[in-house]
Amino acid sequence: MTTHADTMPASAMLEPTGVEPGARVYHNKLGMWVFLLSEVMFFTALIGSYLILRFAHPEAWAAPGEMLNIPVTAVNTFILICSSVTMVKAYAAAAEGHQKAMCWWLVATVLIGATFVGVQLYEYTELVHKGFLPSSGLYGSTFYTMTGFHGFHVTVGVICMAWVTLKAFRGGYTQADHRGIEVVGLYWHFVDLVWIILFTIVYLI
Amino acid sequence: MAEATRHLPNYFGVWAMLALLTMAELGVAFLPWPKGTVIALLVLLAVWKALLVALYFMHLRYEPNRIRILAIAPLPLAVILVVAVIQEFR
Repeated sequence: MTTHADTMPASAMLEPTGVEPGARVYHNKLGMWVFLLSEVMFFTALIGSYLILRFAHPEAWAAPGEMLNIPVTAVNTFILICSSVTMVKAYAAAAEGHQKAMCWWLVATVLIGATFVGVQLYEYTELVHKGFLPSSGLYGSTFYTMTGFHGFHVTVGVICMAWVTLKAFRGGYTQADHRGIEVVGLYWHFVDLVWIILFTIVYLI
Repeated sequence: MAEATRHLPNYFGVWAMLALLTMAELGVAFLPWPKGTVIALLVLLAVWKALLVALYFMHLRYEPNRIRILAIAPLPLAVILVVAVIQEFR
C-alpha cells in the first residue's frame, strides 16, 4: 500500500524532529503563525471599516469617556497584559523543566483570562442599561462588532488554555516537548496585542 | 520538539513597561492638546506596546529571520487595505 509519505518528494517531507525544513521551526508553530497572519487581515478589515465609518460620520461618535467606561477598561487592559505574563511564565517554566510552576502559571492564565471576559460582560451590561445597544447607530454597531469579535477570541483562548492546563496537570508537557504551551501562548499573546490596538482606537481616540 | 535552549527575556520587566505605557496612554488621552497630536501620541504608545508583546512575549526577537519576515508580511497588505478604502471614501 502506498502511503502519502511515499508519494512525497524527500525535500517536502518533515524532518524526524517535526521541524519544518523551510522555516526552521516545528510545524505546529509555523501553522499557528500562518493562522495568526490571517487573523491580522481579519482584524484589519474590522479596524479599517471602523476608521472609514468614523472619518465619514464623526458626529455619530461620543467623545472619549462620555459613553464608555475608560477606567474600568484600562484596568481590564492591565488584566489581559497580566495574563500574557502568566502565560509566558508558564512557557518559561516548561522550558526550564519546572512542571509544578508551569501548571500553576497556566491556571493563573485561565483565571485571569476568564476575568477579562467577565469584566467585558459587566461593561456590556452597564452599556445596555444606559441604552447603548448594537442597534444604537454606527457607534453602537461598530463598538459591539469589534469588542465582540475580540471577546469571542479571548473566550476561545480561555477554553483552549483550560484544555492545555488539564493536559499539563496530567503530565502532557515536558521540558523536552512543550509545543502545545508555546503554540497556544502565541495565540494568547496575539489576542492581547489586538486588544492593545482596539483599546486605543475604540476607547481613547 | 520545542527549542530547549533559548535566551528568555526579563518578562516582569516587559510587564512593568506595558503597565507604565498603559498609564501613559490614560494620561495622554485627556491632555488638552490638539486632537491630532493626542492621536499621534496614542498611536505611538499603542505601537510601542504591541511591539513589546510581539518581540518579547511572542519571542519574535529570538525567532529565525524567516519567521520574522512571515510575521510582518501582512502589515503592508493591511496598510494598503485601509489606505485604499479611505481614499475611496474621501
